[in-house]
Amino acid sequence: MLYIKCPYCGLRNETEFSCGGESHIVRPNNNNNLSNKEWAEFLFSRHNPKGVFLERWVHSSGCRKWFNIVRNTLTNEIYEVYEMGNKPKSSVGKKAYENSWRRLTKAEMISVRKNVKK
Amino acid sequence: MSKNRILKFDQKNKQVHFYFDGVKLTGFEGETLASALIANGIKLVGRSFKYHRPRGIMALGTEEPNALVSIINGNEIEPNIQATQIEIFDALRVESQNRWPNLRYDFGSILSLFSNLLPAGFYYKTFMWPSSMWKTYEHFIRKMSGLGKASNKELDSNKYEHINFHTDILIVGGGATGLLSAYIAGNSGLKVLIADENPSLGGSMLYENDIKINFLSCKIWANKIIKTLTEMKNVTILSRSTVFGYHDHNYITISEKCHGNSLQISNLTPKQRLWMVRAKKVVLAQGLVERPLTIPGNDIPGVMLSASIRGYINKFGVLPGNEVVLCTNNDDTYRTAKELIRVNANVKYVVDVRKNSSGKIIEEAKKLGIKILFNHCVTSISGNKEVQKVEICKLSNDGKKIINEPITVQANLVGLSGGWSPSVNLFSQSGGKLKWDKRLNCFKPHEHVQDEITVGGSDGVFNFEKSLTETYKKLNTIVKEFGGNVNNKLNLEIHSPSMSNDIKPFWLIPSSESIKNQDKAFVDFQNDVVARDITIASDEGYQSIEHLKRYTTLGMGTDQGKTSNVAGIGILSEKISKEIPSIGTTTFRMPHTPITFGVIGGKDIKNLFDPIRLTKIDPWHRKNKAKFEHVGQWMRAWYYPRQNENMQNTINREVLNTRTNAGILDASTLGKIDIKGKDSRKFLNMIYTNDWSKIQKGHCKYGIMLKEDGMVMDDGVTACIDDNHFHMTTTTGGASNVMSWMEEWLQTEWPHLEVFLTSVTEQWSVISISGPNSREILRQLKCDINFSNEEFPFMTFKVGSIEEIPVKIFRISFTGELSFEINVPSRYGLFLWEKIFKTGIKYGLMPYGTETMHVLRAEKGFIITGQETDGSVNPNDLGMNWIISNKKKDFIGKKSLSITSSLKNRKQLVGLLTNDPNKVLPEGAHAVKNINKRPPFEMLGHVTSSYYSPNCKRSIALALIKNGHSMYGEELFFPLLNNDVISAKVVKPVFFDPKGEKLNGI
Repeated sequence: MLYIKCPYCGLRNETEFSCGGESHIVRPNNNNNLSNKEWAEFLFSRHNPKGVFLERWVHSSGCRKWFNIVRNTLTNEIYEVYEMGNKPKSSVGKKAYENSWRRLTKAEMISVRKNVKK
Repeated sequence: MSKNRILKFDQKNKQVHFYFDGVKLTGFEGETLASALIANGIKLVGRSFKYHRPRGIMALGTEEPNALVSIINGNEIEPNIQATQIEIFDALRVESQNRWPNLRYDFGSILSLFSNLLPAGFYYKTFMWPSSMWKTYEHFIRKMSGLGKASNKELDSNKYEHINFHTDILIVGGGATGLLSAYIAGNSGLKVLIADENPSLGGSMLYENDIKINFLSCKIWANKIIKTLTEMKNVTILSRSTVFGYHDHNYITISEKCHGNSLQISNLTPKQRLWMVRAKKVVLAQGLVERPLTIPGNDIPGVMLSASIRGYINKFGVLPGNEVVLCTNNDDTYRTAKELIRVNANVKYVVDVRKNSSGKIIEEAKKLGIKILFNHCVTSISGNKEVQKVEICKLSNDGKKIINEPITVQANLVGLSGGWSPSVNLFSQSGGKLKWDKRLNCFKPHEHVQDEITVGGSDGVFNFEKSLTETYKKLNTIVKEFGGNVNNKLNLEIHSPSMSNDIKPFWLIPSSESIKNQDKAFVDFQNDVVARDITIASDEGYQSIEHLKRYTTLGMGTDQGKTSNVAGIGILSEKISKEIPSIGTTTFRMPHTPITFGVIGGKDIKNLFDPIRLTKIDPWHRKNKAKFEHVGQWMRAWYYPRQNENMQNTINREVLNTRTNAGILDASTLGKIDIKGKDSRKFLNMIYTNDWSKIQKGHCKYGIMLKEDGMVMDDGVTACIDDNHFHMTTTTGGASNVMSWMEEWLQTEWPHLEVFLTSVTEQWSVISISGPNSREILRQLKCDINFSNEEFPFMTFKVGSIEEIPVKIFRISFTGELSFEINVPSRYGLFLWEKIFKTGIKYGLMPYGTETMHVLRAEKGFIITGQETDGSVNPNDLGMNWIISNKKKDFIGKKSLSITSSLKNRKQLVGLLTNDPNKVLPEGAHAVKNINKRPPFEMLGHVTSSYYSPNCKRSIALALIKNGHSMYGEELFFPLLNNDVISAKVVKPVFFDPKGEKLNGI
């Protein structure tokens, strides 16, 4: 049973949380212009590494807040926990983030937000 | 004094009487059943799993593979408990297992005569043909083989509980190294939990008389340490507690027996307790397990592990036999020989497979006059139900052959030692990697993964003195890591027997023609796996250790191969000439020692297994004899039968009455979410498929939400309470999913939107009143709301009060009738329900339940998400294109919907009218176009809802049918499991009042 440090509540048992899969996948806002293939990529394709993985968790039986963790899928070691919208700070997390395969650029992120606001 | 009681047992202990297979025996409180049986001269304790061979007690602790018994307590039977783990008490009743008619004369033992016909895989090979006969074979095979019987349909009446615990240091094992660890950590002020599976801590120190610490016998030293630990407030001691699971992040599970008496003592204390421990550091001090040697006849009662003999003598004062032959490949057995001499037993020979040994202890044994046969080996053990004689042969110089005729020796006790295995089960569960130690002939911890250390025997340190000094160092390092005080100047002067570490691998005695009963050399005693099974399996290609395990069942018993796994690996290694490290071990899975289902369940059983949710109106439903159904965690009124009324008649009455007079439904279970904030509209526009930009205050709107894959997820009506304030309803079962879904989007994708969600499901009771008379009924109540069509049109809501209670009334309809859904603060729900019901009686108002609700909505063709949809149905498939806004640039699922909508051959929602109006299709029935003589049929889809409709006076059904929207008027067939075929015509999915004329009432 993992011991996860919720950024808002502290260390709690895994049973209080739910895992939400890979982090840093941003919903494309110009989706009408995307090809079916590009859309399928966003919708279905997920990284499944043996090793360091950036993933989203939610403290579903606690504060109900979403956050990110950097976890080694092999050893279950958790290197870092960071809030939604932030990037990892640990060297392991940073490296995984740099290697993350479908990360939007900062400009793209801003345009996503603007579009939803309209 | 009992037959084999050689020493006076501790006088403080009370004499008790217990029953073994109905025979009254005596023993002492504080000893195990195994010890008491030995004291009473009982050697035959059980019958083996497969061959029904007589078996006795082999070991001292949980490694015992043979002596499994059932504890009988009235109707309750607790099967498969090791005699070595049962503390006896007055009136304890135990029975032997797997024998009929009795233990001494067991019918099944006839199998033993044919054992060479029953090799590994026998059952797989023999009973496969014809495969249809397996069910017949299985019945007999299951009856013949096996362990104890479970209680006869009795519920376990004992109490169990769970406890959570956090600690700095958890120490597993209360032997020498465990105690020392606890002492050092405890002294430094750290929070310590120490667990041991025995009734008292001390481990082997309780019986190793030849070890002195600071000139005290190690038992006295141990007891002093235990006393000190008991007095430390920061140390928690758990005895009779098996640490059975090492999970991620140092999460450890422990099963504690709360008292020595294995029966429930009182209703106040639980029988067992599950400890769920999170430890910052784990110290594994589980010690070693001795392995037997693989010799023909090594399973006969009276053959024991060498060190266990010593344990029984010194711990319990019982001597399992007085004419003894010991056979060994290491020095430790000489300690047993010395103890046997001390209690005046006749040690006939110590047979040592090694050429010699450098240990000083050998010289000491020689001085005592013990006859030692180096380079010899016991080649056969025989006897009827107990050991009678032993054959000993000389080995060739290379140790691989037997070179002379055997010497035959009379004996009634044989002690075997084939080396030692560190207990590495928890270490392996933690993810740690093992390494084969060539010198010590064992697997020991190598790479550590989690925050734990291994000490002493379980670390692969066999020397007593060395294990204590290393533990001392390791623990001081840990204390420093924690920032604790290292003020443990513990001077340990240890005198222990001087032994060499020379252990000779001797997995299987060399074969020779003079050796009979080759097939009786047992490796796994509990599962009756003999050496020959392993060689056969390897010949047949099962050479991976994991395959070998499953084919032969090696190591798969309740003892999990504690004594057998390594020997099995050794034999395979010799057979296929492959080094042991490259064969490896099987995976260590929990639990290594059996635990009960009761302790896993704890208090989370029966009503507490899964909580149920009740509405505030629930007492009324019960008083009026409603039948209930589970909807998620909710208990909902299903239907309200009158006296002698069956379900169908009840439903018919409720359905007809709602359409002719009025019906009242408890809809409080609907999910309700309060949505506030200036971006609420924007948010709803993303969540729902239709347009929410223009909805005005006081109006309601039906919405469907999709998943991002474009498939229907949930539906419901949302009301606009104010410009930036909405009241959303969801399906009963979908409420928490929808809440989580919306929270996820707000937090992860659109954190900049100012929207606040609050679940208010439990805050509102919802009373739905439906039918032509509903308006008239509401008008009779003291109410400030005008219910006319003009003032209160369909899809609007009003805020007001009824009988001075604040209400919010929605004019929406799930029945197609004039309907009002009255939302009232939940504490007034029951009051208002009763008020409305009383008022409505003279207008023909009747309560209806969920079943009638389903029929009413099906008559109108209204969908239920989760029934008409299954995660692969989009709104177009449901014929609900009208709910998709074309104006909106984006909403969740839009892109996917545009893709799936252009696909052909999708299953679409249609209505079905059976040709025989009285035949109701079963839900789930598959539709086909033609009935072929034999399969395959092309399956076009399935029935999603099907009822008898009293309003239409016929059966009606909804179905998802491939291209259904272009099949109206066509006939389909529904072949049923009973070979019946129902035919039905495809129609539009509206059966009643297609124009919606009844919606506004009269």
